[in-house]
Amino acid sequence: MRHAQRYILGGIAIAASIVVFLVPFAFIILTAVKDRRQAATRSFDWPTSWHFWDNLVEVLRTQDYMLVTAFINSIILTVVSVTLLVVFGAMVGFVLQRRPSRWTPIVNFLVLAGLIIPPAVVPTIWVLQSVGMFKTMHGMILIEVAYGLSFTILLFRAFVATIPRELDEAAIIDGAGPLRLFFQVVLPLLKPVVVTVIVVQSVAIFNDFTNPLYYLPGKQNVTVQLTLFNFQGQFNTSLHLLFMNILLITIPPLIVYLFFNRQIVAGMTAGAVKG
Amino acid sequence: MAVAVAEGSVPIANPRRKSRTAGLYPSWFYLPAAIIFAVLFMLPTFASLFFSLTRWTLQKADFIGLENFAQFFREPFLFQGLVNTLIYGVVTSGLKVVLGMLLALLLTSDIFGRGYLRAVVFFPVLVSTVGVGITFTAMMHPTQGLINETLASIGIKGPGWLTDPRFALYSVALVDVWKGVGLATVIYIAGIVSIPLEYYEAAKIDGATPWQRFWTVTLPLVHPATATVIILSFIGGLRSFDMIWAMTKGGPGFTSDVIASVIYKQYQAGFYGLSTAGNVVLFIMVALIIVPLSMLLNRQETDR
Repeated sequence: MRHAQRYILGGIAIAASIVVFLVPFAFIILTAVKDRRQAATRSFDWPTSWHFWDNLVEVLRTQDYMLVTAFINSIILTVVSVTLLVVFGAMVGFVLQRRPSRWTPIVNFLVLAGLIIPPAVVPTIWVLQSVGMFKTMHGMILIEVAYGLSFTILLFRAFVATIPRELDEAAIIDGAGPLRLFFQVVLPLLKPVVVTVIVVQSVAIFNDFTNPLYYLPGKQNVTVQLTLFNFQGQFNTSLHLLFMNILLITIPPLIVYLFFNRQIVAGMTAGAVKG
Repeated sequence: MAVAVAEGSVPIANPRRKSRTAGLYPSWFYLPAAIIFAVLFMLPTFASLFFSLTRWTLQKADFIGLENFAQFFREPFLFQGLVNTLIYGVVTSGLKVVLGMLLALLLTSDIFGRGYLRAVVFFPVLVSTVGVGITFTAMMHPTQGLINETLASIGIKGPGWLTDPRFALYSVALVDVWKGVGLATVIYIAGIVSIPLEYYEAAKIDGATPWQRFWTVTLPLVHPATATVIILSFIGGLRSFDMIWAMTKGGPGFTSDVIASVIYKQYQAGFYGLSTAGNVVLFIMVALIIVPLSMLLNRQETDR
């Protein structure tokens, strides 16, 4: 590409990206720091007065610190679900790749089914109720694990294939059992894909709105995405608080993105380019 | 792999016999994942096939045959959801394929500010869908919204993006594309950079124009990425709920309802059988579209 063309095209693209992609984020930040009246006009202008701290405190204090509870709940949900996903998903991916058997086609089919089939909502509630886990964090965690397993297994299976089998045999000759082989030899070698799974699934579960809406109703159990939903009804005129809330729950994914940009892209493009 | 099959099949056929390697990869490693998946995903899926044929209160299920499904095709407000789901899936995945490809071509070229552009296009993928929905709802406000105010300043009277029944569904679909196009773009970027440069050089020597190089080299060789983008965004589009719920709640009226929002509304109203029938309809719709589509896309791949 010629030199001038490179800069002209880049300049146009950057200008377009500012209008299309940065203005909405600027709108969130600006609205979040305005006072109630100015925010209510939905205008895209500079705040006449800055209320970052006031709005922050007010959002946090609303409904007995509901947002704080929500953050704690979302963090518990995300951390526990992702931990279980990594361990259980890696175990399946490992055996699935290492020991093809008559079960392999069935497992592969179920993995694909898990990716494609939309979960049946009310029957799931019915199952959760009958085991006493409806409206509980335990139930919600297991739901996120069930829905996230397929993608996790696909990633692990592909990565296990790159680890030489000779290592397994060496470990066995040294007297390791299957548990030691898996947790002390194989799992550490899976570290790159473990990081990918952690990052991609954390963002997905932290941002999950639909599943907590169905399976985890109730004020004590609220998760961050549902606080938006609650604010939306309650603060029809308090756009400044609503947008402060949006701003706050956007920060964790932003931090993750800044640190793990490469792993996220790797995970999300996995399987897109074969051979 | 052939060796692996032989090793693996021995202990299956004869579980008692000691095998040096079978013990390494015990079947019970499947167990924790299998139990969770079976109880919380497969069991509800199978149960939905039965409960969709009933009038259901969670305590009691009265068998009513195909009445729930008949209702889906009889009631206009339910049938509209079916049609809208299809429109939404086609519009979002179509735009993601085209825009994702164009952006990826731009962002793999030697353009100024490439790193910044890649980052900014991808970031919305990671942001809360509901947050994006609320933000755009404010910006699409018919009189006060940023979009219509900007249009008004250059003398165009913008439509009621979310309040006009003709536009609501498409407006939501556009925001969905805004949020999701970054994923399509990174998939396409991964596909484009994996194409060996020799092909482009050979085409250049043969006198191919940039346009011809795109049609004869890039487009065919980026096919796996295209297949992934189409399948992923189609599945996502057909199942989409949170964006629509955050922006219009299916309104105005039921003009932007999709099956997923109908399922939620019927669940809230206590019509559990009808809601479950909606799930089954969605399942059938996804299967009827995705399975032939992925077979078609994969066949083209092996033909080459």
